[in-house]
Amino acid sequence: MKKIEAIVKPFKLEEVKDALAEVGVLGMSVSEVKGFGRQKGHTEIYRGSEYTVDFLPKVKIESVVADNLVDDAIAAITKSAATGKIGDGKIFVMPVEQAVRIRTGDKDEEAL
Amino acid sequence: MKKLVSGFILLTLILIGGETLWADQPADSGASGENAAGTATTPEGEGKPEQKSKIDSGNTAWILTASALVLFMTIPGLSFFYAGLVRRKNVLSVLMHCFVLVCLMTVLWVAIGYSAAFSTDNGNGFIGGLSNAFASGITQDGATKDSGDGIPKFAFFIFQMTFFIITPALMVGAFVERIKFSAMLWFAGLWALIVYLPACHSMWADNGYFFKMGAVDLAGGIVVHITAGFGALVACIVLGPRKGYPDSQMMPHNLPMTVAGTGMLWVGWFGFNGGSGLAADGGGATAIVVTQISAATAALTWMFVEWIKNGKPTVLGIVTGSIAGLAAITPASGVVGPQGALIIGLASGFACWYASTAIKAKFGYDDSLDVFGVHGVGGVVGTLLLAFLGIQGTLDGRGSSEAETFAVTSGEQFVIQLKAAGAIGLYTIIATWIILKVVDAVVGLRVDEQDETGGLDVSAHGEAGYND
Repeated sequence: MKKIEAIVKPFKLEEVKDALAEVGVLGMSVSEVKGFGRQKGHTEIYRGSEYTVDFLPKVKIESVVADNLVDDAIAAITKSAATGKIGDGKIFVMPVEQAVRIRTGDKDEEAL
Repeated sequence: MKKLVSGFILLTLILIGGETLWADQPADSGASGENAAGTATTPEGEGKPEQKSKIDSGNTAWILTASALVLFMTIPGLSFFYAGLVRRKNVLSVLMHCFVLVCLMTVLWVAIGYSAAFSTDNGNGFIGGLSNAFASGITQDGATKDSGDGIPKFAFFIFQMTFFIITPALMVGAFVERIKFSAMLWFAGLWALIVYLPACHSMWADNGYFFKMGAVDLAGGIVVHITAGFGALVACIVLGPRKGYPDSQMMPHNLPMTVAGTGMLWVGWFGFNGGSGLAADGGGATAIVVTQISAATAALTWMFVEWIKNGKPTVLGIVTGSIAGLAAITPASGVVGPQGALIIGLASGFACWYASTAIKAKFGYDDSLDVFGVHGVGGVVGTLLLAFLGIQGTLDGRGSSEAETFAVTSGEQFVIQLKAAGAIGLYTIIATWIILKVVDAVVGLRVDEQDETGGLDVSAHGEAGYND
C-alpha cells in the first residue's frame, strides 16, 4: 500500500477526483491548504497599501492505494491537474504500514 | 470600579458646567425645530414658533421614511462597511461599536441632545438651552413655523436623532482594533455633546451663528462629515497606530461585507440628503438626483485613478469612492444641480483618493478605515465647491429656476463657507483632543498589547465572530 499526497490547484479538484475514480481509486480525503513553492505568492493592494501574500490556496488530496494502482493513479493526477503553468502542484508517494476499516475490522488492502 | 466612579463624577461636572454655560431660560415655548436647509434665507423677523402649522401627510410620510433610511445607514450599513475592513478577530467589536452608539446617542439625544441642538430660546448662536431636555415640548404638532413643511415635531426629532447617531459612529473607523470599549463609550458620548451639538446648533438652528452668517450645509457636510472626519484624524493620532502598523499584514477580512454595507449607505443617503429639506418636494427630488450622480462619478473617478496608478480597478476602491462622493455632495445637495454634482463627484473622488493613499502614507497616521480621508476631505470639498456650483445660472444650479441661491456673490459665499468649515473644523480638533486626553487620564484609551494581538472580540466581548 502507498499513500499518495497530491497538492493541486483548487479549481482542478473535480477533474482530479474523476480521473482517480476512473483508474479505480475508491476513496480520498481532501483539505484546503495554503503554501508556496516556485510560484511564490502575489501582491494585493487595498486603498493603495500593498500587501504580499506568501501563501496561496491549494487543495491537498490524500489517498491510500494498493501497490499495483500507484502508477496509474500518479499518471491520472499528473494528466488531470496539469495546466502547464507554474503552480500546478506536486505529488508525493509514501509507504503505508497498515490500514483498518473501522466498521468491519478489515485489514490492509481489504480495508481500502 | 474606581475608574468608573471617577468617570461618572467627570460627567456630572460636565453637565453642571454645561447648565451654566447654556444659561437656560425656563420659558418653554416648545421646539423650534426648523432645519436650516439649503437656502440662505435669513430667519430674522419671523415670529416665535407659536403658531401650529397643519400637518402635511406627504411631507410627514417622507421624513419618517427618511429617518428609517438614515438609521439604516448606521445599522447595518456603516457597521457592515467597517466590519468587513477589519481583521477577523475584531469584526464583532466594530459591529458592537456602531450598535452601542445607536443606543447611547438615542438616550443622549432625548436627554439633552435635541434641546442643545435645536432649542433657540436662550438666544445663544452656538448652543441651545435645556428647554426641550428629555423631549419636553416635543409634540405631535407641526414642527416648522414659516416654510409650511407641516411635519410633526416628533418627525423632526427622530430625523435629526439619526444624524446625531451616525456622526460619532463614523469616527469608529479611525480607532478600530485597539480602543478600549469603555473609553470608546466615554469618548463618543462626550464628543457628541461637546462637538456635535454646538456644530449642529450653529449651522442648523434658527438662530445658529453660522446659519445667520449665510453658511450653507444642507445635510451635514460640516455638521456631520467635517466634525467626524477631523475628530477621527485627531483620535487616530492621539491613540497611536495599531500594533504592527504599517508593516504587518492588515488586510480587510471580508470585502463582500464591506460592499454590502456600502450599498446600504448609498441607499440610505437618499434619506440623508433627500430628507434634509424636510419636505417631499422638488428640492428633495433634486437632492436625491445630485446625490446619485456625485456618488457614481466619485466611484468611477477613484476606480480609474487607481486603475491607472496601481494597474487594477479594485472593488474596495470603487466602493470607497462612492462614499467620498456621497460625503461631498451632502452639504451641496440643496443648491447644486446635476452638472454641479458631476464636478463635485469628480473632485471628491480624486481628492479623497489622494488623501487616503498618498497623504496618509506620507504622514504615517493610522486612520485605519480612512474616516478623515473620505469624510473629512469629502466634506470640505463639497462645502467649499458649492459656493461656485450652486450659484444661479451656473451649471444648472438649483437657484436658476427660482430666486438667487445665495444672498451674496460666489466669492463672498466661498469665504462664508470657509469661515464656517474652518471654525467648526478647528473647534473639532481642539475639543476632540481635550476629550481624548481626559478620557485617557480617567479610563485609558487603549487595550493592552495582549488584548490587541488576540483581538477585541474575545478580549472585550467574550465572543468570536466566526466559530467554525
